[in-house]
Amino acid sequence: MWKWIQAFASPQNFYRISKKLIPWFLYPFIALTLVGLYWALIKSPPDYQQGESVRIMYVHVPAAWMSLFIYVVMAVAGAIGLIWQIKLANVVASVSAPIGAAFTFLALVTGAVWGKPMWGTWWVWDARLTSELILLFLYLAYMSLNNAFDNPKTAAKASSVLAIVGLVNIPIIYYSVEWWNSLHQGSSVSVTKVSMQIDMFYALLLISFAFKFLYGTLVLMRSRDEILVREQNSRWVKAIIIGDNK
Amino acid sequence: MVFVALLVAGAILAITLLLQALGSNTNYFYSPTEVAEGKAPIGKSFRLGGLVAKDSVKRKDMTVNFDVTDNKNKFNIEYTGILPDLFREGQGIITTGSLINGTFVATEVLAKHDENYMPPEVADALEKAKESKK
Repeated sequence: MWKWIQAFASPQNFYRISKKLIPWFLYPFIALTLVGLYWALIKSPPDYQQGESVRIMYVHVPAAWMSLFIYVVMAVAGAIGLIWQIKLANVVASVSAPIGAAFTFLALVTGAVWGKPMWGTWWVWDARLTSELILLFLYLAYMSLNNAFDNPKTAAKASSVLAIVGLVNIPIIYYSVEWWNSLHQGSSVSVTKVSMQIDMFYALLLISFAFKFLYGTLVLMRSRDEILVREQNSRWVKAIIIGDNK
Repeated sequence: MVFVALLVAGAILAITLLLQALGSNTNYFYSPTEVAEGKAPIGKSFRLGGLVAKDSVKRKDMTVNFDVTDNKNKFNIEYTGILPDLFREGQGIITTGSLINGTFVATEVLAKHDENYMPPEVADALEKAKESKK
């Protein structure tokens, strides 16, 4: 098992296999997005209080979930890279950061657009909104730290430590609406209960799975590019490039 | 290595400060009961959160008067300005302002909603079921 992981995780092997994996993420993403949009915009009902504006939820909530999910993936990959010195893990962590930052930004912006008509304000400094903004800053700090070193090994070490320390923010974001009085309402979806009508929930699930597959597609594509850059001096990369030029 | 150590030290410092700040003042608003118990800063601006009491909303031009309650204590609010879409009787709101002679003079009123989402027909059915139980 260990040998198999190491073999798979070698940059060369990953480069070969990942090409075949991309369609398995890309096509489910497209299919889930189309069905999800149908469910979110047509099939699901308007809300009894918010009317049609509730549909912002189908972007806002999945984007916010992704912002947490990608951060955990990034920190875990960073830890694996730090402990077992697996190059691929460092690559996955570093290419995940901009994707996670983009989802965090999307969650913040859609939240503001939703907050203005419903709450009466674009932004408040309550616990949920503030901790999510800190998450965006953590992503940005990780990215700039990762780019501050010429040596990718040193960069991975420093930025992985930052990612792991920043993990403490994840439960703070998740439980912020329970621990403190906040303007943001509590979670509508948890393991034990779903406080929304079933078609609304399906729309939410479809879009959030679509986002997961989108993330998978982007990580594979970006990792392949990143590996070529990092391994540019190795023989197999040179062979590919010379082969392409022929 | 020195850099990493500095980084970790910095991150730990930032988190300690963050948690300290969160611990002292993270509650976004005070409830009417907390205000009645004197926990809110009187004479200064603070946020009051609760439900808009039924049949308490009175409008006069752009000025609105209503009560905010947590079913134990209530305060009268006076506000001049535009209210958010979700403002209605029975709705949770958070308002910023200060207590002047027992009236909370608000500079901002924000509507809060809960985590329940449902179609209008279901909400109507629930409301009817509630009334028939009475």
